[in-house]
Order: sequence, then C-alpha cells, then structure tokens
Amino acid sequence: MRKISRRRMLRAAGMGSLAAAGAAALAACGEAQAVTKEVPVERAAPQIVEVTAPPGPMQGTILVDGSSTVGPVTQAVAEEFQKQFPNVRVPVGISGTGGGFKKFCIQETDISDASRFIKSGEQDLCAANGVGYIELPVAIDGIAVVVNPQNTWIGDSISVDELTRMWAPEAEDAVTTWGQIRDGLPDEPLLLYGPGTDSGTYDYFTKAVNGEEGASRGDFTPSEDDNVLVQGVAGDAGAIGFFGLAYYEQNKDLLKALQVDGGQGPVFPTVDNVLSGAYAPLSRVILIYVSTQAAERPEVQTFIEFYMKNAANLVGSVGYVQLPDEMYETALQRFEERKTGTVTALEGVSATPNSVMEAWKAGA
Amino acid sequence: MSAAPTAAAPAPPSSTAAGVWRPRKTLRRWLGWAFQGLTIVSTLLGLALLAALLFDVFRDGAGQVDGHFLSSYPSRFPEQAGLRSALLGTLWMLGLTAVIAFPLGVGASIYLEEYAPDTWLTRFIQLNIANLAGVPSVVYGLLGLGLFVRWFGLGRSVLAGSMTMALLILPLIIVASREALRAVPDSLREGAFALGATRWQMVRRTVLPAAAGGILTGTILALARAIGETAPLITIGALTYIAFDPQGPMDLFTVLPIQIFNWVSLPQKGFADLAAGGIVVLLLVLLIANAAAVALRYRMQRRLQ
Repeated sequence: MRKISRRRMLRAAGMGSLAAAGAAALAACGEAQAVTKEVPVERAAPQIVEVTAPPGPMQGTILVDGSSTVGPVTQAVAEEFQKQFPNVRVPVGISGTGGGFKKFCIQETDISDASRFIKSGEQDLCAANGVGYIELPVAIDGIAVVVNPQNTWIGDSISVDELTRMWAPEAEDAVTTWGQIRDGLPDEPLLLYGPGTDSGTYDYFTKAVNGEEGASRGDFTPSEDDNVLVQGVAGDAGAIGFFGLAYYEQNKDLLKALQVDGGQGPVFPTVDNVLSGAYAPLSRVILIYVSTQAAERPEVQTFIEFYMKNAANLVGSVGYVQLPDEMYETALQRFEERKTGTVTALEGVSATPNSVMEAWKAGA
Repeated sequence: MSAAPTAAAPAPPSSTAAGVWRPRKTLRRWLGWAFQGLTIVSTLLGLALLAALLFDVFRDGAGQVDGHFLSSYPSRFPEQAGLRSALLGTLWMLGLTAVIAFPLGVGASIYLEEYAPDTWLTRFIQLNIANLAGVPSVVYGLLGLGLFVRWFGLGRSVLAGSMTMALLILPLIIVASREALRAVPDSLREGAFALGATRWQMVRRTVLPAAAGGILTGTILALARAIGETAPLITIGALTYIAFDPQGPMDLFTVLPIQIFNWVSLPQKGFADLAAGGIVVLLLVLLIANAAAVALRYRMQRRLQ
C-alpha cells in the first residue's frame, strides 16, 4: 500500500515532465543511431610476401607479450600471418617491456616485444630459468619532444642539456619555470608530461637524457596511455612532454614537435632523420625476443620468417620507421643460425641500425 | 526534524488572542512542496546525467555498430576492425562467472542467515565479508594470478579469469543475498515450522522463493560489475590482441573493456570511434543481461503468488 501511495504522489507532483524528458532522451538516442556509417575506405592492401610452410600441419598457438610500443607491429604481422595460416593463433598481450620479460623469462610466452634492449637483470632471470633468446630488431621509433603550439618562447629547438636540466632527479621541486631552462625565457610555469615508469620509452628517455635508466624527477604527470599525454600537452601552454613519434604524427594540429640538439645541431624528428640516426639520442631500435625453445617449433619458425620478410611493409602502417632491407635479411639469417644473446654493448645507448649492424659483425 | 516543531510552534506573543492555535497551513504545505521538489530534482539530475552520457556515447558509437563490427576480429585498419573475439570472451566470462559465483554466494548467505549460530565467529566472518566487498579489484587480480593462473596451472584461460571475477563479486552477492533473506518475515519461517517442515524444507519452499527477487537483483548488479572490470584481468594476463574465438573454458581470451582500452590508447584517430562503438556494445550486453534478470524475477514472483 505504501508503494502505491508514494507513486501516486510523485505522479501528481510532475512525473509527467520526467517521462517527457526520458522520452526526449530516447528519441535523441534513436536519431543518433540512425546516423549512417561512413562508407569504409578500401585501403591499398600492403604487399604481403607469402612464405612457404615446412611440410606437415601448420597449427598451434604462438604467445606474444610485452611492449605497448611494439605491440601494434606484432599485431599487424599476426593479422596478415593468420590470413595465410588460419590454423596458427597468435595472441598478443601488452604488459610493457619489463612485464613482458618477466613472463618471457619464466617460459610463459614464446616471443617478447621490447622497446629497448634486454636489461642485465632480465638476462639473469632468463638464464636462471634456462631460457635462451634470439634478439631481432623490427623497426625504429623516434621519441618526439613536444610542446603546446602557444609556446612561442621556446623557439623551434631544444638541446639535450636543456632536457637534462628539466628532467634530472635534482630538478624535482627546484626547476619549475621555463626561465630556469634557458636564459631569456619567461617565467612561465613548466609542466612535464611523460610515459609511466613501466614503459620502455621512459627507460630509454631517462637513459638518453639523464644518463641512467629510470633516473628522473618524480614530479611529472605520468600516463601509460600516450593519448592522455597528447591531451595534457595540448591543453596547457606551459607543458612539455615526450612520447613515440606516431602519436605526434597523428596529432600534428594539436602539438608542436621540437628539433632536438644532441650536440650536432638541431634535428627535426622526420623519418629520414630517424632512419639515418641523425635524430640522436632520441631514436631507438625496437625489437622482439624469441625463446630458443619456441624457435624449435615449425609454426614459430614460419612466423619469424614471415615477420622479417613483411616488417618493412607493415611498420609504416602503424606509425614506425622501417629498417634497411639488408638488416631484416641479416636478422632472419641470425635467427636461422640461432644466434642467441644480446648486443649488450648497446643496452640503453642510442642504437641506430648501423650501430646494431656493426655490433653484429663484430660479434660474428 | 528540528525545523518542523519550530514551524508549528505556538504563535509568538505579538499575535492575536492568547493561546489560539494557528496551524500555519500555508507555510507547512509550502515546506512540504519544497522538499518534494528537492527529491524530484535529485532524481532528474541523475537521470539527466545518464541520458547525457548515453547520448554522447551513442552519438559517437552507434554508427560503428553493425554486423561487420560484431563479427570481425581486431585489425590495424580501423575500418576493418571488429570486436568479435572480445564480445565472445565477455560472454564466456559472464556465463562462467555466474555459474561459479551464484551457487557459492547464495549458499554462503543461506548458511549465515538460516543455519549459523549467532556467535562471535559468525559475526567476525560477516564483518570480513562486508570488508572484502570494498577491496580494490587489482588485489583480486594478484590473488587470481598467484592462485589460479600459476598454482592451479590454469594459465591465462577464460576459466582462470572467471574464477578471479567470481572471487571479486562473491562478497557483493553474499551481502545482497543476506539482505534479501533477512527481509523475509519470521512469521513465514514460523508458519513453515508449525506445519512440520524441516529447516531444509522451510528454506527451500518458503524462504528462498520469497527472497529470490532480491537475490537475483544483487547477483545481476554484481555480474554487471564483473563485466566492466579490466584491472584484475590485465593482472592475470588476459591478452589484448586475439583473432580467434575461445574454444572452451581453458582457451585464451580477451574481453570488451580491454579491447576498448586498447583502442583508446592507439594513436590513429579512427580507433577512438571504434572504442565508442565498443562501449555501446558493452552497454547493450549489460542491458540485455539486466532485462533477462528482470523478466526472470517477474516470472518467479508471479509463480509465488
């Protein structure tokens, strides 16, 4: 009885208007639903090099996990690979470079995506569990340093020394305005944005700028989602941030990328400059690691062959710069010869395709 | 409460003849209306926010949802991508979680309400269950990773994910079911006993049917939470890119929230619209599940009458 009387009261007090509002909202939803979908644009399918499978059934599951930077490359390769070999399943996880190695080194995955070279601690973990690995570079990524377009005072370039002044651990709570970065800049507040500490991009940037992996001030705004960083920098005139070049390329209208002066004069992050290594020290080789146990399986062998033969065509579509063809060929050769271990001398240093090739030659 | 006596208090000395009771009907009626108005405003505010949210999501996402979107696997090209694997993963997880969590949760609440003696131990257990309902979901993810994925050796399977989710929502189901059982008047229990029913017959024939509505509502709300959770599944290692259907409880899987999260974080613009489409699908799954529960509850209640 109580229920009925309460309802009646409400209705008397203007339930009608409420129902009207609800109906209006529903109608609005209906209208939005009716919006026609844009006709899908047929993109020119990239030329895929098919590979010949070894005799016998091609099936199985190839487990991949690791860096969110490399993930899209491996996903693109997996997508095309599964068109040719529908019975091979290639799921890709995104746990970050470090998280990926933690799983890889206890044999939970077959391939690990990495946006930096394997660290000594991770090498030890793999060794302790008897996991050998073959290191294969797949593309180059530049790290863009971006500011808000309203930031006119910084000019077009920034030097690595200035970046160090900005990001050094000692700068925490001390360096808070642009005026402290370079003489003559206004005392505008300095707001820093960067990827979270689990990301290989953060590791790489801190090593290149502050000399030690993971060493940086703590009072910056971190996000694992690079689109959040884009929005952060785009929303504040005093902001500066860094992330993968692909995110700058997709948001050119919101951001201004700076030329970076690593001692050889300011260089803009273009495809050519990243490939040649001129955009130093903020360009890096991104890689995959294949476990030697997994490399014995025919589907993994075929997948790696497919990866190395098609990476050049596919990395561009997900925003990265392809390596020279010669490098993919050499990498595939090294895989077939089961050359294990890492080019340790390059750990954390600005690795250009040339320096990797030289290290391979020296090691071979 | 304190305002009412003041309003109806004896008239101040300056008023007319001593001791005449003035009901101040206008003022009291006005206050009543004002309060009613406030409650309506708070109702409308919630509804308006919900409508705005739905409108925003549907405007961006509804155009994305079509047969192709539902039946395709993820792709690096936004216009070719779909969420088939994520949708199937969510349905698998939803079903398995319900199958695991419902009997356990209802069983525990029946024991606590109908059988357990009222001792300090029972009260201690009840207190802890209520506390568990507030534990952050990531903690359950870590538990699932250690217990189900590694120790039980279930790997990153749908089953491991569902068991983790079942753990997460068990306290919610228990708390809601206990409330429903407690709302059943004791006179019904006494009536059943008076007719010679055993405790089991009393629970099965009298208490459970009377409490079914509340129990089902609580379970559905708990499952709705499980559908939207991402953190525990990422912790146990659910994957992001899956281009095949889960074949069984032991297969690898991904779910809608993870797929949406992945699309949101990609640089290419087209994926943001796909994410909106994914949210629409997620909402639809939720609404369909809720509608099914309401229908089920209605049928049960009618049978009872």
